[in-house]
Amino acid sequence: MADLVNVVTVGILLGGIYALVSVGLNLIFGVIRIVNFAQGEFVMLGMYGAYAGYAFLRLDPYVSLLVLLPLFFLFGAVVQRLLLAPLRNEPSMQIFATFGLLMLIENVVLALTRGTAYSVPSPVSQAGIGLFGIQVGVVRLIALAAATAAAVGLGLFLRNTMPGRAIRAVAQDRAAATLMGVDVERIYMITFGIGTALAGLAGCLLAPIYSLSPQIGTSFILPAFAVVVLGGLGSVLGAYVGGFVVGLTEALAGYYLDPALKYAVIFGVFVLVLIVRPSGLFGKVGAEEVGLRDQS
Amino acid sequence: MTGQDPLLSVEAVTAGYGDATVLFDASFEVRPGEIVAIVGANGAGKTTLLSTVVGLVRPKAGRIVFRGRDLAHRPAHTRTEEGLALVPEGGRLFPFMTVEENLMLGAYAPRVRADLGRRYEEVTEIFPVLRERRAQEAGKLSGGERQMCAIARALMSRPTLLMLDEPSVGLSPLMVGRVFETVERLARSEGLTVVLVEQNVTEALEVADRAYVLDHGHVVRGGSAAALLADPEIQQTYMGV
Repeated sequence: MADLVNVVTVGILLGGIYALVSVGLNLIFGVIRIVNFAQGEFVMLGMYGAYAGYAFLRLDPYVSLLVLLPLFFLFGAVVQRLLLAPLRNEPSMQIFATFGLLMLIENVVLALTRGTAYSVPSPVSQAGIGLFGIQVGVVRLIALAAATAAAVGLGLFLRNTMPGRAIRAVAQDRAAATLMGVDVERIYMITFGIGTALAGLAGCLLAPIYSLSPQIGTSFILPAFAVVVLGGLGSVLGAYVGGFVVGLTEALAGYYLDPALKYAVIFGVFVLVLIVRPSGLFGKVGAEEVGLRDQS
Repeated sequence: MTGQDPLLSVEAVTAGYGDATVLFDASFEVRPGEIVAIVGANGAGKTTLLSTVVGLVRPKAGRIVFRGRDLAHRPAHTRTEEGLALVPEGGRLFPFMTVEENLMLGAYAPRVRADLGRRYEEVTEIFPVLRERRAQEAGKLSGGERQMCAIARALMSRPTLLMLDEPSVGLSPLMVGRVFETVERLARSEGLTVVLVEQNVTEALEVADRAYVLDHGHVVRGGSAAALLADPEIQQTYMGV
């Protein structure tokens, strides 16, 4: 029983991290219809950003966030404007472009760091709290709380503000949104900016947990794809809940079956969901067609 | 009403998609306060004509002059701000948003956004059913309600010129009558200028002041709606008489 509690706790904490990475990925997909392969590298850049803040300015990663989030938002908006917008009539090229960006970022960081593994300490790095008889790292609890706050905040923004409604309108029908006076290209920049900032947030929060490596992005993007399919393409709530489903699946499969099988199990579930419920747990049936139709 | 400068004048517009040209040298004009019908068979280029006026399709040649300014090369999303509104075919509501949210987006343009609350009251006064359906997802409305909601959404921006693309498609005859009646009432009582694109030629000509006939991308006829309605050639071609 103690084992189960332990494994479930690990799964939930891991799920929080996956949720954070997936929410941004899913927002970008839902609105711009781009599968951003570089999302994991943005997380990795966030980690290195936190490291830079620590190495050069002795900043705590949680303080670096305040500077890094706006920077990541701008970076995302620029990527959308300069790289993805010019390819707007070539949707498959946009996906390759994000793949190119992935390779570019990863290799630049690899060259700059020469493969040295860094870690970013925070005063709370070593702190733990006893929960249900087990020790839980404070940094992991912070990541969980931040993921929840980000998902809730984003949900409220999309539902209750005019820019948020404009983002949803573009996701549902671009041409109709244009008729309302919405500048679709501008919404794309804002959306990609938000998605990138969420990845940067994830990176800062993960910096005190994991040791940094240029390839670490891959270990977030793979589960994030599973999360997005599971939760439903374009759904913020789905990405959030899906994060926990994948985190728990990974923890349970890793403990009770074989750690080597965890991805096999996750992607087994991934394929199964695609077969029985292609719209995901929270996806709207037909949302895909709505977003893609017309586009004159 | 006649003798004034036109509110909208479309001058020798050629437009299409990619290499395909759908509209050839099309011209028409709309004077303030008029209801102008544009009729023609399926595929005649009616939707393309409206899409070009609102900027969703870029003209390859020609001018689109609205209130004295050429809009042909200005981005599509600025047209609402200028006072143009289009009710697209089928309504094109945001299906996963509520009726209320759809209407709020209708007032997205900066010119009207500050006044959103009051405009919402005015518009839902015209369409009381939308108040009842306020919290319902637009995708779940009936065909008639959807059309009403789409017209209401366009009105939210306080347009000078309201354009409707095939508002009667997919509606029951009763609902079609109601939609045309509403359009006529809006034009007469709110001083709205209306462009009505229709395949339903008889009904459209009955509410319109003037009309143009579009055939294979060319404007082939134009004149008073009454005269076109009485024209044997039009009757034979478009009304199955």
